[in-house]
Amino acid sequence: MASIVFAILFYVATLLLVVGLLYRINTYARTPSPLKIPTTPAPTTTGGVVLRMTREVVFFESLFKANLWTWGLSVMFHGSLVLVVMRHLRYFTDPVWAWVAFIQPFGMYAGITMLLGLCGLWGRRLFVERIRYISTPSDHLWLLLLIGIAVSGLLMKFVEHTDVIAVKGFFLGLMHLDVQVIPADLLLTVHLLLVVSLLVAFPFSKLLHAPGVFFSPTRNQADNPREKRHLSAWAAKLESEKN
Amino acid sequence: MADITAPAYRTIPIIPALIPGAMEGKGPFVASEKINEAIGFPGQLVEDWHDKAIAKMGELLSKYRSLKVFMDACVHCGACSDKCHYFIGTQDPKNMPVARQDLMRSVYRRYFTLPGKLFPKLVGARDLTREVLDEWFNYYHQCSECRRCSVFCPYGIDTAEVTMAAREILDSIGYGQKYSNEIIGKVHKIGNNLGLPGPALIDTLEGLEEDVKDATGIDVRFPIDVKGAEVLLITPSADFFAEPHIDSLIGYAKVFHASGTSWTLSSLASEAGNFGMFIGNYEQLRKIALRIREAALELGVKRIVVGECGHAWRVAYSFWNTLSGVGGGAGEVDKFAQMLQKQLDHRYKQPTHICEFTWDLIERNALTFDKSKNDKHIITFHDSCNVARGSRMGDLPGGQFEIPRNIIKAVANNFVEMAPNTTREQTFCCGGGGGVLTDDLLELRVKGALPRMEVLQQAVDEHGVNFMATICAICKAQFTKVLPIYGFDRKLVGGVHQLVSNAIQLGPK
Repeated sequence: MASIVFAILFYVATLLLVVGLLYRINTYARTPSPLKIPTTPAPTTTGGVVLRMTREVVFFESLFKANLWTWGLSVMFHGSLVLVVMRHLRYFTDPVWAWVAFIQPFGMYAGITMLLGLCGLWGRRLFVERIRYISTPSDHLWLLLLIGIAVSGLLMKFVEHTDVIAVKGFFLGLMHLDVQVIPADLLLTVHLLLVVSLLVAFPFSKLLHAPGVFFSPTRNQADNPREKRHLSAWAAKLESEKN
Repeated sequence: MADITAPAYRTIPIIPALIPGAMEGKGPFVASEKINEAIGFPGQLVEDWHDKAIAKMGELLSKYRSLKVFMDACVHCGACSDKCHYFIGTQDPKNMPVARQDLMRSVYRRYFTLPGKLFPKLVGARDLTREVLDEWFNYYHQCSECRRCSVFCPYGIDTAEVTMAAREILDSIGYGQKYSNEIIGKVHKIGNNLGLPGPALIDTLEGLEEDVKDATGIDVRFPIDVKGAEVLLITPSADFFAEPHIDSLIGYAKVFHASGTSWTLSSLASEAGNFGMFIGNYEQLRKIALRIREAALELGVKRIVVGECGHAWRVAYSFWNTLSGVGGGAGEVDKFAQMLQKQLDHRYKQPTHICEFTWDLIERNALTFDKSKNDKHIITFHDSCNVARGSRMGDLPGGQFEIPRNIIKAVANNFVEMAPNTTREQTFCCGGGGGVLTDDLLELRVKGALPRMEVLQQAVDEHGVNFMATICAICKAQFTKVLPIYGFDRKLVGGVHQLVSNAIQLGPK
């Protein structure tokens, strides 16, 4: 029974995540940018823009300029998250890809640094006056949700093991539309329910910063307004009307 | 007005503690019916303002990717929270960039997102009430659209874009700001922001020719409406009579004279400023920019050069090509832009900043200077926000920082920098940009100048700085007003071309 419920939850959550994100990305892509507004100094070529965006996405360049504490904690959290997610690919691949096997130990300990990063970020939200001022209840809840995922995962890894063979069987089964039995295990249930909530809420929330940054005109535009005329469709219409 | 005093300098520039409500109810005057109607906005707050405002917001969200992405992407990380000069100076938490954005984001969430419709409290969503609307009017007119926050945001969220959208919504329901809207009315009716009519302008220019003749013995011309001139100079109207602006105008004229460039001003387009940007209204932005196109076509000029004005240079550099075709690279079928671009000489950048123009001559050794003429000055340079973060000069990113400094170093011997985290792309706004340069916002302007005044004081103490050069008409006007309040001489601020004017040699070489 629990297996069926989880199977349905994961199918629905994945569908919502994918459809929701595609819908959002499509909206961003279709909304015009009528004016050239890169934050200058900005690269003058597309190649330069790719580099700027890479620095922004991989190294959080702007945040580095802004605040070293926030930057450090963010890098710690996001970097660890990437490792942790990559490590989890082992539950979806059989045989496990070599590079996934290779990062397994790093992925395990990344769970700990991820938790530390999250706690640091939450501490900032709780104890720095101006960050507390701008925080909404959902800002706190997101951190709690992620902390919950990290803690339940770490407990399974280091304290109360679950039957990972069965877990893997369940997810491999899901990928072939074949529902297998999932271990009835409190930590696992909590862990998976929290992950499902994250997947569902992602496209409706501030987690949209992940796709959003790629569409940010202040970062993704090349600084070449004098060399090339930039005109959006609705602005061009004004010209055909009169003048 | 007399009771407005300068806030104390922070001994170490620490992040100030919050004082909620410090700037509540300290917004600008509301535009009158007459002012609003003159530029096509409803005269006063319309009855169905709520629905109209939400509809306008929806329209802007579909027309501007910036607004759409910026409304969604913020994670409240707080990177921007201590970066705004108005927050630093006023300590009002709603002047933190993220909090300023959230005034609108909370409404966006309520009306345009599912969680905001279902669980408003959870995600900080709010109904658009009259109180919220008043808050918008108050705090979106305490932003100078300087973009400093956007430098530090990990997603590049630019509060200026949000402020512009908010002002656009407010204007669309008849709740605009007096200062900006009145000035836009003047530029359409009279041709410039200061309301200087053509004959007065011609008089002023003739007077200037006499003054320069008296001072130098040389006939430096200030031509206007000359058909067939090579260069059309578009400059802020403050250059025609305000101090210290006028000294830079004299500097431009001397550079044109010394290089033998035929140039002209235009009575039709006697204003570089474009307050359409400040109120975020594309139609106004465009309409004001089209005056320059019209003047250029009528006078048949080959080049368009822009004088010392920060936001005007952002509009000219970044937007003119889009708005009016002043630029290059228009497509073959783009008749509108081609009409003008065929006329312009594309060996030069179109438009050209006066600093690019002068620096190019200096690099080619076409100008001679007596640098000792500026020896009485120990000079520093205040980067103006719109030039620094919304434009470029020259071929390389960052040319907007190098070129004005290079000019200063070419015409003067004593140049020092202010603290590095307050110059170049991290420069602090003067406190008067973005449509707040009005006496009804004087308290805001004085407090907003705090971070710049602190480092200026430091430069004065350490290096004896007695001249802060800048290339923005608003910076010049704002500093002239607030410098004395901070205990400085108002003459401490001046233009880069004022220094050029002092040192340039006009006689035969």
